[in-house]
Amino acid sequence: MTTPFTPMVSGSALPIDAPAPATSRNVAHRGGAVNPSADALREKFGSAVRRVDVVWGETSVVVDGTRLQEIVRWLHDDAAQRYEYLSDLTAVEFRDTEQPIEVVWHLRSLAYRRFLRLKVLLVKGAPLEVASVWPIYKGADWFERECYDMFGIRFAGHPDLRRILMWEQYKEGFPLRKDFPLRGRFSRAEQLRQALAANPEARYSMEELSIADAFEDLPQEMLARLRSGEKTGE
Amino acid sequence: MGLISRPQPDVVSYDPKGGDGWVTTRLDFLVNWGRANSLWPMPFGTACCAIEFMASAASQFDLARFGMERMSFSPRQADVLICAGRVPFKLAPVIRRIWQQMLQPKWCISMGACASTGGMFDNYAVVQGIDTIIPVDVYVPGCPPRPEGLIYGIMMLQEKVKRERGADTSIRNEMDPDPTSQLYIPPSAINELSEPFGNSVNQTRSGL
Repeated sequence: MTTPFTPMVSGSALPIDAPAPATSRNVAHRGGAVNPSADALREKFGSAVRRVDVVWGETSVVVDGTRLQEIVRWLHDDAAQRYEYLSDLTAVEFRDTEQPIEVVWHLRSLAYRRFLRLKVLLVKGAPLEVASVWPIYKGADWFERECYDMFGIRFAGHPDLRRILMWEQYKEGFPLRKDFPLRGRFSRAEQLRQALAANPEARYSMEELSIADAFEDLPQEMLARLRSGEKTGE
Repeated sequence: MGLISRPQPDVVSYDPKGGDGWVTTRLDFLVNWGRANSLWPMPFGTACCAIEFMASAASQFDLARFGMERMSFSPRQADVLICAGRVPFKLAPVIRRIWQQMLQPKWCISMGACASTGGMFDNYAVVQGIDTIIPVDVYVPGCPPRPEGLIYGIMMLQEKVKRERGADTSIRNEMDPDPTSQLYIPPSAINELSEPFGNSVNQTRSGL
């Protein structure tokens, strides 16, 4: 982790005479100006770009899940795109059971003042798995954990994919899925019994606790114990 | 206030036929007076009720008038646990451990609708009332309750403290949860909390 710090200036890649950013008015529900990155994606990746929609002035690009990491890497690295900020990552399931689950990435290019929404459709019945963008955006770590926790979508390549909001021993399933009952699958007493049986201190690895910063300075024998996977409080 | 007539806690009643002598009732009065006016709260604020609790503690409403000068952020030096806000299942073992770390004599105030009943959060993540985890002395209704509401709850707790008698040793017994279920109240009673919509197992959101 020795990347030199480079401040990002919003709009810095735009020409000097570019118009100042302004809130657009009377935006149409469908149609309108397409983000130029969508055309660039089509040109570069061809059939991996399935569909481009413009909704409320924002561009959504549906892409092939198998090439997602490649596409995001290119959007991040290409000098003409520079999507350096992952502002959100989530998933959508629809009430129509035939419809696939959508995983959504919200990318922002600060240098070009652009916003792009990427979507991957995951067909139900097949394993819900998509490539992790953690190697590109380190901030995707907790987004992907939350998405896994709530929807059960696995992100291949994530370094530590486990539950983040619910406790790790949570057995009832994935709460934001449409087939999940609002009150959970177990009775109230059973839910309470399971929650109380959890050890509140055993949920965090040592790295997550405050000693993470000083990890390398710890005594050798403690380092050895932590590297072997020991958790606190157990 | 005062809809139901209650016995005056400040009046020491001496029943000549009872087991208590004049000296012990006087001693009870002194001890209870001291305890009731120096309750140190352990604030367990998880949501918007905690904002009202902060307002109660600040200069306008001034909890210090009730001997709550010092917020005790350590359970071991606290007398009353004030649970302000909803408690998710993930926090259930935490609040129970805090309660078990507090020393006798100890009391608990459940502040607001969510802490008392789960409130509008009748879902998979929220405990339906903290009395399913720990014993509660006073419930303060409201969403969130105004500081006056909390102060009224505290005054009711003070009355309860003032009416304790040293001869009654049972009130200081530490309640142990049921060893198999780890719950204070029977599981069947907890399951009834999800009525009238039936067992949550059979309820779905989308008819799947």
